[in-house]
Amino acid sequence: MVDFSLWDIARNLLLAARWTLLLSLISFIGGGLVGILILVMRLSKLKGLEIFCIGFIKLFQGTPLLMQLFLIYFGFALLGIETSPWSSAVIALTLYSSAYLSEIWRGCIDSIPQGQWSAAKSLGLHFIDQLRFVIGPQALKISIAPTVGFMVQAVKATALTSVIGFIELTKAGTMISNTTFKPFLVFGCVAILYFIICFPISWYSKRLELRLTLAR
Amino acid sequence: MAIEFDFLSVVQEWPLLAKGFLLSLAMIALSGVLGILLGVIISWAKTLERPFINFLTSTYIELLRNTPFIVQLFFLFFALPSLGVKLSPLTASMLAMSINLSAYSAEILRAGIESIPSGQVRAGQSLGMTQHQIFKCIVLPQAFKNTWPALVSQVVIVMLGSAVCAQISTEELSYAANLIQGRNFRAFEAFFVATLLYLVMSIFVRFCLDHFISKLIFRGPRG
Repeated sequence: MVDFSLWDIARNLLLAARWTLLLSLISFIGGGLVGILILVMRLSKLKGLEIFCIGFIKLFQGTPLLMQLFLIYFGFALLGIETSPWSSAVIALTLYSSAYLSEIWRGCIDSIPQGQWSAAKSLGLHFIDQLRFVIGPQALKISIAPTVGFMVQAVKATALTSVIGFIELTKAGTMISNTTFKPFLVFGCVAILYFIICFPISWYSKRLELRLTLAR
Repeated sequence: MAIEFDFLSVVQEWPLLAKGFLLSLAMIALSGVLGILLGVIISWAKTLERPFINFLTSTYIELLRNTPFIVQLFFLFFALPSLGVKLSPLTASMLAMSINLSAYSAEILRAGIESIPSGQVRAGQSLGMTQHQIFKCIVLPQAFKNTWPALVSQVVIVMLGSAVCAQISTEELSYAANLIQGRNFRAFEAFFVATLLYLVMSIFVRFCLDHFISKLIFRGPRG
């Protein structure tokens, strides 16, 4: 039997945590880009696009992320495209994040008074410019706190990719616990590592929120 | 290349799916009640404003909010037996769901409690109510009513999260889907049907909580 010291466990978990960080970063950025696209499509007031976006958001917010992962993992295989756990994890998490982020940002844009849209229109700006120069900058200010808050959710969501066999923090924890028979220690360390990643983000988000409410 | 879907062989196994669906529903019903109750207790403890209790509850809430549900589940199921606490998959799943929900609902309710104007509390005091009575009859019902939409969303999120409980072999809906795809190798179709069922479940749970349960809770003038 391989002997694992505490340092071995910690080192292996830390190495695996890199993948958790990388995956959450990619899915957060990718989700942000797709989220903006969906948001613009939804605000464009074209009936077809709007229905598509609402359906997309309802679908991804109303079904478990685990099922989305499975569907993408097995669905691409059905199409004859070679999938790895890594690529399906990135695709699923990006789509998942985009649904949540676009919904968060839509809430921020909705909170901008209608008069701002009319004022922008009266200046002769077209739709994209109205968003870019008038509505966007104002909405951006309120959106920072909830967006940072969602980052925590994005990190936690990556834990599910362990189920389709992507080796990140949780999967590494399961594997190490299976070889060392020390589940308490290993899963304790896994939880602490997640906490170390997530807590500063959620603390920062809370502070931003507080600052925003004080500013009003 | 033509793709052939075979949904029939999945639908044929409907008793399995129905059983999983009902178990998932029962799990969220029970842990929803437990989790919110626990959340109420924690948010009440926070109103006492004792530094030590505050520290304990904050640690509890932050620990649970900043770790993934699947890790909490694995911890309860795999790690606790080494301390001599053995839980069945179903108990561990429901316990994890309740605990997870309790942290979020405590945080939601705390925000609701803080938003109650202090005049309400003073009005209660001037009526000679005890601190306990003020919380139970004045603050909590209003906080509940104001935060109900957020609580409903959280219950739905926990319900969707419960799909991972199949990983510790709880026989709920995603477990049924996994079983079916193991039988007929129709993985995509099996998970597709399960996903649709989850969508139905989330709409159903949300509808029930919005329409029936809220009426039940917020009926009388006392709330």
